[in-house]
Amino acid sequence: MGRSKFILGGFLILAAVVYLIYSSTLENQEYFSTVEELKTMGDSAYDRNLRLSGAVIGDTIQYDPQTLTLTFEVAHIPGDFAEVEAQGGLAEVLRVAVADPTRARIKVVHVGPKPDLLRSEAEAIMTGHLGADGIFYADELLLKCPTKYEEAVPEQVSGN
Amino acid sequence: MLAEFGYGVLVVTFLLALYSVGAAIFGYVNKSAALVESARRSMLLTFPLLTVAALSLILLLVRGDFNVQFVYEVTSRSMPTYLKITAWWGGQAGSLLFWSWLMSAFASAATLRKWDRDQEFLPWVIVVANVTLAFFLALNILFENPFARLYQTFDGNIAAYTFAPANSTPITPADGRGLNPLLRHPGMIIHPPMLYLGFVAYVIPFAFAIAALVTGRTDDRWIRVTRRWSLWAWLFLSFGLVLGGRWAYDVLGWGGYWGWDPVEIAAFMPWLTGTAFLHSVMIQEKRGMLKQWNMVLIILTYALVIFGTFLTRSGVLSSVHAFAQSAIGPSFFVFIGVTFVTSIGLLIHRWADLKAEAEMKSMLSREALFLLNNLLFMSVLVVSFWGVIFPLISELFTGQKVTVGPPFYERANSPLFAALMFLMAIAPLSAWGHSTVQTLGRAIWKPAIAAAAITVVTFFTYTQNWIALIGFFLVALVVLVTLYEFWRGARARQKTQGENFFSALAHLTGKNRRRYGGYIIHISMMLMAIGILGIELFQTETQGTIQVGESLRLQGYELVYRDIAQWDDRSTNVNYTRAVMEVYKNDQLVTKLHPRTDYYYEAQQNMTIPGVRSTMADDVYVLLVDWEPASAIGATFKLYINPLVNWLWVGSLLFLVGVIIAAWPEKDPERATVRATRSARQTSAAD
Repeated sequence: MGRSKFILGGFLILAAVVYLIYSSTLENQEYFSTVEELKTMGDSAYDRNLRLSGAVIGDTIQYDPQTLTLTFEVAHIPGDFAEVEAQGGLAEVLRVAVADPTRARIKVVHVGPKPDLLRSEAEAIMTGHLGADGIFYADELLLKCPTKYEEAVPEQVSGN
Repeated sequence: MLAEFGYGVLVVTFLLALYSVGAAIFGYVNKSAALVESARRSMLLTFPLLTVAALSLILLLVRGDFNVQFVYEVTSRSMPTYLKITAWWGGQAGSLLFWSWLMSAFASAATLRKWDRDQEFLPWVIVVANVTLAFFLALNILFENPFARLYQTFDGNIAAYTFAPANSTPITPADGRGLNPLLRHPGMIIHPPMLYLGFVAYVIPFAFAIAALVTGRTDDRWIRVTRRWSLWAWLFLSFGLVLGGRWAYDVLGWGGYWGWDPVEIAAFMPWLTGTAFLHSVMIQEKRGMLKQWNMVLIILTYALVIFGTFLTRSGVLSSVHAFAQSAIGPSFFVFIGVTFVTSIGLLIHRWADLKAEAEMKSMLSREALFLLNNLLFMSVLVVSFWGVIFPLISELFTGQKVTVGPPFYERANSPLFAALMFLMAIAPLSAWGHSTVQTLGRAIWKPAIAAAAITVVTFFTYTQNWIALIGFFLVALVVLVTLYEFWRGARARQKTQGENFFSALAHLTGKNRRRYGGYIIHISMMLMAIGILGIELFQTETQGTIQVGESLRLQGYELVYRDIAQWDDRSTNVNYTRAVMEVYKNDQLVTKLHPRTDYYYEAQQNMTIPGVRSTMADDVYVLLVDWEPASAIGATFKLYINPLVNWLWVGSLLFLVGVIIAAWPEKDPERATVRATRSARQTSAAD
């Protein structure tokens, strides 16, 4: 009697937690996507929460401080880590992606303050959705800049 | 020369740690006190040795010896000396050395205690501490040498080497890359060492737990010896988390303090198991139950501490699917795997010895409520862990990389946090052994009515948001119940001892530091909950581009843009742009704020520092987003009103007070706990 009460209670808690995790996961899924994957995803791309990553192309950054509307384009970079390493590391991949005009690109719109780290050859990780106009509307914008603090060794060294 | 010397010291310390492990094991097996003593002395020697290695690194950092790769990567000429010193933990290699240094310090401190009653634990505490130490030293020696120098080899490549390669010339860059400006904030300077203090301190209770399992001395001795260690570890870990939040609030300029990213969660997970552990050890001490469970918790905490160190240091931020990013990743996984499997194996071996001495009978007894508290903490852990590994799982089963964002954690964890708060209200009122709905109801009805009254007043005067109302009701309930407990205790003492109320209160707390310190911690958590509810549910924002003399309005505040100035600071190589804004509330000037943007020339990076006016009611938080020098377009500001957020920081200070009271050494700790146990057993028998 005493034990079964506890076992039942335990099961109820377990069921509640499983339900919480299950339903919250379903509601809040974000699909990782690269620029190329987004272009080939077809119609399913429009109604998904997406997390898109790409290389920021510096020349395309525009900011309207009146409306706090930020627009820029990102170029495709591989989503797979091993692939990035094979192509010479993140900094190199970003540099090549920005320099290559034939790469798949997509226009991004984000409303908010201009992030301090937004610059050419930064990796942008954006959460949002794809609009019917083919523009990616980012609700959240994260930036990673490998150029300054992560890179191995620079050229500007003086031998002695 | 100094670099090679430092590296040599690391190698010697590593070998010494290995020797100490071997000597401790052989000493235990062959019952040789001399060998165990030799192991102990070797362990004590690791601390001065690592201090010498650390000083070598600090000297290199301060001298600006950019030939050393680590120095080049984390410092630059323009950095002030104190930042050069704290750059010690500003990069991966240095922070691993910092970890080792703390490990040796804590292990030495633990080894210096009086061991007369616990001789048999000593060798195994040494083994666990030194295996952990040797692992971290091996990472430094093999993969992440903080003393590696830059060389140009004959084919023109520049790379870092521990030993000069053939036909190479050493390279000394003219200046280093410097510390990321975002990390030059006091919060960020203290935050990592705080977390590390917490992480490393948890190794000591784990070491004693393993010692108890190996030696078969499975009573609660190991818990009593390490009670204070786990409390301090928990304090540092908690404070590390709060400081991280404060840093984000002050520096990152998104008006928040916690974003549920994997790195934050990595530090949060050992905190969850550590908090569960803190509660469940009390059941073992008082009732002799949950012995197996406590072992599971401390083993999990250790594994999560190592995992957390890895995740916070390897730069896998926001790309969780790339766990193998760093060279040390596989080593970490192997180490976590091996230590975890070994610990669980030992636990299974001793499973039968760890059987509970009593059976849980009442669902409302204090031990049952503590168990429920543990289950809830574990549920939050499972939710958080699931969120971190979900991308891996979904890729494995569906081939698609899918992740979950902050809304997932908020939605799944909120009901769990609410349940934890409810438990916090009723558990202190329940009795060991047995409670009923009637006894609990009698104890709680007065505070419950008062809390309901407060909630009704809140409904009419502050908010109609039902989530907030539930939250405020629970906060009020916990605070009132806890204060009522203080009051009852003090009144009883007042009667029996004839003291005045305040000295009765002080003596009550002083005599039962653990209990009343714990209650103060509960109240502090509730204050923090007020802050979290406030900013999560009521944050409002607006933005606009305005000219000098114009203003932004939000929530009864008016911010008038008065002035902007821009200047260079030559000594630090930073350009400052600072706006002056007057803050009016009900047409009264209350203060001036100075949101600014710092541009670091060397890093080519901006840093947006908010202007903040903090009161207990709300924070006015304004960011300078953009401006046009000398033009009519004006400047762009983003304004947040963050209600109640200050309670979060005030609560964290009270939290500090509570932990210090709970952890303060009692005059005669051994006798005090024994007496407490006996009287607890008597009361439960009387029930």
